[in-house]
Amino acid sequence: MKTFARGIHLPDYRKKATALKPIQELALPKRVVLPLQMNLGCPNEPLVKIGDEVVEGQKIADTSKFVSAPIHASISGKVTKIERLPNPCGFDVASIVIEQTEGAGSKAESRQPSAVSSIEALTPDEIRKIVREAGIVGLGGATFPTHVKITPPADKKIDTIIINGCECEPYITADHRLMLEKPADIIYGAMAIAKAIGASRIVIGIEDNKRDTIEKLTKALTSISLLPQGEGNGLPAGQAGVRDLMVTELKTKYPQGGEKQLIKALLNRDVPSGGLPLDIGVVVNNVGTAVAVAEAIKFGTPLIKRVLTVTGSGIKEPQNVLVRIGTSFEEVINQCGGMVGDTAKVIMGGPMTGLAISALDLPVVKATNCILVLSKKDVKLFEESSCIRCGRCIKACPIGLMPNFLADFTKLKNWELVEEYHVADCIECGCCAYVCPSRIYLVHYFKVAKKELQLRKVVCK
Amino acid sequence: MIFNLSVSPHIYAKEDTRSIMRWVNFALLFPIAAATYFFGLKALILVVFTTLIAILSEAVFQWLAKRPITVSDGSATTTGILLALILPSTLPLWMAAIGAITAIVLVKGLFGGLGFNIFNPALAARALLLASWPVAMTHWVKPLDTITSATPLFLAKMGQAVPGYWDLFIGNRAGSLGETSVLMILVGAAILLWKKIIDWPAPTAYLGTVALLTFILGKDPLFAVLSGGLMIGAFFMATDYVTTPVTTKGRFIFGLGCGIMTVLIRFYGGFPEGVNYSILFMNILTPLIDKYARPRLFGRVKNK
Repeated sequence: MKTFARGIHLPDYRKKATALKPIQELALPKRVVLPLQMNLGCPNEPLVKIGDEVVEGQKIADTSKFVSAPIHASISGKVTKIERLPNPCGFDVASIVIEQTEGAGSKAESRQPSAVSSIEALTPDEIRKIVREAGIVGLGGATFPTHVKITPPADKKIDTIIINGCECEPYITADHRLMLEKPADIIYGAMAIAKAIGASRIVIGIEDNKRDTIEKLTKALTSISLLPQGEGNGLPAGQAGVRDLMVTELKTKYPQGGEKQLIKALLNRDVPSGGLPLDIGVVVNNVGTAVAVAEAIKFGTPLIKRVLTVTGSGIKEPQNVLVRIGTSFEEVINQCGGMVGDTAKVIMGGPMTGLAISALDLPVVKATNCILVLSKKDVKLFEESSCIRCGRCIKACPIGLMPNFLADFTKLKNWELVEEYHVADCIECGCCAYVCPSRIYLVHYFKVAKKELQLRKVVCK
Repeated sequence: MIFNLSVSPHIYAKEDTRSIMRWVNFALLFPIAAATYFFGLKALILVVFTTLIAILSEAVFQWLAKRPITVSDGSATTTGILLALILPSTLPLWMAAIGAITAIVLVKGLFGGLGFNIFNPALAARALLLASWPVAMTHWVKPLDTITSATPLFLAKMGQAVPGYWDLFIGNRAGSLGETSVLMILVGAAILLWKKIIDWPAPTAYLGTVALLTFILGKDPLFAVLSGGLMIGAFFMATDYVTTPVTTKGRFIFGLGCGIMTVLIRFYGGFPEGVNYSILFMNILTPLIDKYARPRLFGRVKNK
């Protein structure tokens, strides 16, 4: 079965608690906090002021900068605050607070579904515009603005769109549920992305621990009519349409859902060190992103809700939920039965790469794919012991780094060696720290080292 | 509510330094059993005594050096056992004690403790004992007996008759405590390979190089592999984490170098056996190997 080199086998994925539970939409929150930046790239400027009445789906922040995605009101109500507020990423971000006003709960902006709901009738530029106006970003967690991703430079020919359905992190089942419940939307979104880019092939990669979704998507594929091989369909070159659409089963191995690992496994192409997938003719999108694109085109819905998994030993009723962006963690957790008494850690994201958060009054952002609550028994504190040079980190690293030496060089603040040993290539997947018998906080050192190198570059300029 | 904010990952593999050392010590019980069978209770006493001295000297040294006392990680136990297993059964206990103290304090502790030593502590201590008391360190006895006897490699060097393959395999021959029974070493090694605590490159390259070079030189390769300290060296010393390279490529090169050195010493050197010095020699080269034998970086070769 297809996979990539190295990585780790996890003994227990702990997905059972939520994998069979259909996505439930949570009750409307009374208050949402919408950070002006929920994407990689540039922040937005508010389009509203304090006291303004806004309706659900209304664009409330935007920018003229290209690498950004606008923000939309996720509930109807009144803007009560525009100020810097804590963000799950660990720092304060200027945010717009909307509070529900009496009787405004059900009002929604009269949306304008795109006049043409078939992909064929839309031009690539129209698709990109719809995607941008809907504020769609990569929902796998990286939050790169999708309209930027589907605007490849003219000199790069993209032949393949990969839809990432790996969900290789333990605990998380949000994408799993989406694939089961909205297979047609995933394919629709993928086709739209392919059209925008002019790619002729779509590959959906799924790990073999989600066989049910593979079946479901394969079945959904049979209803799609593709262009016969070699047919141009009268469209300009590069927009000839999708000729090849398939679901590929991948070995369950972490981090199979890492962009570079996924491309390697599916196409046997290496993203060059320091480069992007589009350098080798590929664009990767998460299944959630594909669904968001489909909904934006079909119904004109902006990105104001997302699916996330609320799970872990600290949650009373683990489940997959559809949540308004901006809802507080506390509200989401409360609607999932609340936390058990001895909760020790709350994580945004999965257990391998997620961020531990300090308080529950933080908003769910576009990047939030999971709220993982761990009780005391699952949270161990370790004291680092010295490296015994066992080499497990090297065997685990999917990038081919030497984490043991990188950690040493970081401790010694030898930034030249840190750079020479390619810390910039680290994807922070956590494999090395997971296997380290000395419990060295390897990922921590790499984050520090990367930041330091970044700062030094800025200073040098 | 106060939450734990430690950095990702938030889950860990079960295995830690202690459990690794426990498995190594467990695997060493097999050669210890063979040593006890062939050389009597005296052998067992030597192993236990040397190990206790090793543990004690680690604790005392760390206390004097005002470092955290880490004897519970099991690494001093491993060093003690390994040292005892490469000593002759007749060695006076006080000499073994000096060996254990040397290994723990001089070779390991003074270099910074676990993870920082350059040389394999047991092998470096043995080299020192051999230089200090060459007669006592080469006083071998016949198994299941007390008659003085020469090791098979010494006999071979002198051109005399050597024990058969079967005796070499089960350990019915003169030699250091733990080096004689190839069978029991292989049982221990199999456990460590199965638990993925040691890996193939170094032992395979080491044994293969010795066999091949011996064959090229017109000698018996099977005898070369079964005799001397090669087996225990290849599986328990050339696989020591701290003093050997960290990458698969590096470990292969390490084994290759050890093999070449061993054959050179055996056939062209003054000693009948060369495993001890070969591994120590390659220990010196380990940082250099680490520098050049790096894994291939993902995406280093640019696609067209």
